[in-house]
Amino acid sequence: MSEQRFTVVGGGLAGLMTVIKLCEAGHKVDLLSIVPVKRSHSVCAQGGINGAVNTKGEGDHPDIHVKDTLRGGDFLAEQTSVKGMCYAAPGIIYLLDRMGVPFNRTPEGLLDFRRFGGTLHHRTAFAGATTGQQLLYALDEQVRRFEADGKVTKFEYWEWLGMVKDGSGRCVGSVAMDLRTMEVRAIPAEAVMLATGGPGIVFGRSTNSIINTGTAAGRAYLEGAIYANGEFIQVHPTSIPGEDKLRLMSESVRGEGGRVWVPKKKGDTRDPLSIPEEERWYFLEEKYPKYKNLVPRDVATREIFHVCRELGMGLGGRDGVYLDVTHIPASTLDAKIKGVMEIYEKFVGDDPRRHPMVIFPGMHYSMGGLYVTFEAGPNLEPLPASPKNQATNIPGLFASGEADYAYHGANRLGANSLLSCIYGGMIGGPAMMSYARNVAKGSTSVASTVFEDAKKQWAERFASIDRMNGAENPYVLARELGEVMTENVTVVRRNDRLRKTLEKLAELKDRWNRINVLDHGHSSNRPLSFVNQLWNMFALGEVITKSALLRDESRGAHYKPEFQLPEPKTRDPTQDPEWMKAWKERHQKWAKITLARWTPQGSEITYEDIPTPVLDPEPRWYA
Amino acid sequence: MDEATKVGLNTERRAEAAEKWVTFRIWRQESASAPGGFEEFRVPYRKGANVISCLMEIQRNPVNAAGKPTTPVTWDAACLEEVCGSCAMNVNGKVRMACSALVDKLEWPITLEPMRKFPMVRDLCVDRTRMFESLKRVKAWIELDGTYNIGPGPRQSQSEQAQRYVLSTCITCGSCLEACPQITQDNDFMGAAPISQVRLFNLHPTGAMHADDRLRGLMGPGGIQDCGKAQNCVQVCPKEIPLTTSIASMNRDVTRLVVKDLFFKDEESEAAVGGPA
Repeated sequence: MSEQRFTVVGGGLAGLMTVIKLCEAGHKVDLLSIVPVKRSHSVCAQGGINGAVNTKGEGDHPDIHVKDTLRGGDFLAEQTSVKGMCYAAPGIIYLLDRMGVPFNRTPEGLLDFRRFGGTLHHRTAFAGATTGQQLLYALDEQVRRFEADGKVTKFEYWEWLGMVKDGSGRCVGSVAMDLRTMEVRAIPAEAVMLATGGPGIVFGRSTNSIINTGTAAGRAYLEGAIYANGEFIQVHPTSIPGEDKLRLMSESVRGEGGRVWVPKKKGDTRDPLSIPEEERWYFLEEKYPKYKNLVPRDVATREIFHVCRELGMGLGGRDGVYLDVTHIPASTLDAKIKGVMEIYEKFVGDDPRRHPMVIFPGMHYSMGGLYVTFEAGPNLEPLPASPKNQATNIPGLFASGEADYAYHGANRLGANSLLSCIYGGMIGGPAMMSYARNVAKGSTSVASTVFEDAKKQWAERFASIDRMNGAENPYVLARELGEVMTENVTVVRRNDRLRKTLEKLAELKDRWNRINVLDHGHSSNRPLSFVNQLWNMFALGEVITKSALLRDESRGAHYKPEFQLPEPKTRDPTQDPEWMKAWKERHQKWAKITLARWTPQGSEITYEDIPTPVLDPEPRWYA
Repeated sequence: MDEATKVGLNTERRAEAAEKWVTFRIWRQESASAPGGFEEFRVPYRKGANVISCLMEIQRNPVNAAGKPTTPVTWDAACLEEVCGSCAMNVNGKVRMACSALVDKLEWPITLEPMRKFPMVRDLCVDRTRMFESLKRVKAWIELDGTYNIGPGPRQSQSEQAQRYVLSTCITCGSCLEACPQITQDNDFMGAAPISQVRLFNLHPTGAMHADDRLRGLMGPGGIQDCGKAQNCVQVCPKEIPLTTSIASMNRDVTRLVVKDLFFKDEESEAAVGGPA
């Protein structure tokens, strides 16, 4: 009998933390990643990682972090996991500190914390404005240590293609492809963790790395895994539009005092520096005097959209508003957010320390993802080492990081994503071990023909893709997908447009059959793998769009003007009994997790009530 | 009618009959063993375009300057904001990150070649495994007891943080190796990046406890003594890491350790509980 092994797919924070937990317990791990793990998308996170360490005398507490997170997600997040995450957060930050992450420090030599959106506390630990990079490197280094010890085998430039299931439907391994030699291989595993990130590239240009196609999650869905809350897509308020991508301008820019404004006069063409203070409209500060520029992302994004698209007050009449840090000393900017200052400087050509930046919202993050479960312990946190934690509906298949649906509900708070990735890995690794211990028969007892058949099936699929010689260019189809998704399924959603988007998706799927594979090489044939990925991207596009179409309400990042509640008559909505009644009715109808299952006829959508053992829902308002 | 139209490839409508075109000369090589050569492409000019956005344009319309359909160019890229380290290549003969190479700031035609100090994979892709192997050799990590919740790490001053932070922004892109005259595909000089990583970890209060282990990783064949002090590395580093300062500093520390090893047998540490790590 061969030895027991686990497979982790994805080398970002969630995957690496899962690997570390498995190795620490003495297990052997195969780590699959389409890029060298040090280049995974976690590297792009800028602003920081949240944890209620309370070093600023503000009385911060994990319970307040829980409340901010659940409110921020408009009460659609899975509450047990959120509580566990927020309570684990200070310990996670300390752990990263011990691993050598160069977090910014206070004069006393303690960890420094900055403000971030959706909270009134200094709760975000940071390493300049490249916190994701620093955190990813810390975990990468620890995994390299295990690799040097022979506990981890890295499969870099390998793409996860799909599951291997035994007769009972249990996941007993994966099929993967070497993106350099094009070799297809079946890899048995006691359990598989998908920590494969989000689907940004389904939207074409986004703040995501171009590797974030969502292909693995899309494929898992096609193979029976439930995809939940797909309609909740975060559009980040501040990005720089570009030809190839939308480059993120971190929320930390506002956390460090950056202000968003447009000229009060429509079509004002003056140099922004010459526009006097009283002729500038700081619209977020005016409308949200308490949170000001640090309202949650969905709120800030909608306001910027409103100013540009409905009021026509965008800069030069176009999409774009100022993000201004010119009032902050350059030395402070360099000490705290140099990374993003340099991105703006390099890609736009202006020095943001001296000239206000021009930004516009850009697709950023998927709150939805693969459906996973948690087993609550007596303290309403996930029970340590329960095999149910981070488990998908397919036995043996787990998911964590942006690929899972759980932690952020209808809108994610800034600096909670690095945290949810690491926490998901921390409880996901032990869950995989418990699952493997409890399962009656390990993957090593599965007949070898099961793996051979799975491998053969994939080899045949790629042979058939290799024969595709139609007239359609796969990258053009991908661009069309991105354009229609960005236009209709981001900030403002209308049912007629969503229906049209579904029609367009059907058209794209039909045209996929007439693709030209463009390349028949046997080495690093990228189009070959991309054609396969594209099909999975269409699947996710359909899930996201159909889920959005069927949810007739506004909640968090999902905004439907046609189904918007009227504005309450009082500033504090709880003081308007009529409005409260309407809110309660709506909430009761829609406080549900959207579950998408693949069927041959398309996506089948059902709903599951969201339990609220930790915190009772209330209207979400930030004014 | 160009050949692409003839074969019926449904390529993208060419940018409103672009008035301005950028010519690219791109190194094409199907595999390490295949012969290589330049292929020319004409890409419609767009304001703000960079090398990667033009390579994407070629993916959507893989037709060369002679109007002949060809395979899309293979290159490595991920983040497109100079933090993942994937897209280092030679742009107009100079190694740099392709994503931040703005077309407006480059001389045309634009020549793209793979890095030459690493084994060829295909077109603009090379194999940078040697860099990751070096990180293992020098033990570029903190020796962690475990991931248990046992409180904060050691306190550090703001100036220590600032010094370590810049060293920790190394994206393992390989530019410093590509520019180094001492490095060839046949030798095993580790180059500046891993040497600077030793400095990063040895500056950390916990990391310093195992400083000698890392310094020993810098000794021997392919180690720090192979540095010819050409100082090319520091000039090409996209993250402006003070690589030559790191090399000088580690050189001093290695020399100190060599002398110590030569004259003093470190009996005290060998007798310590647990022995050397």
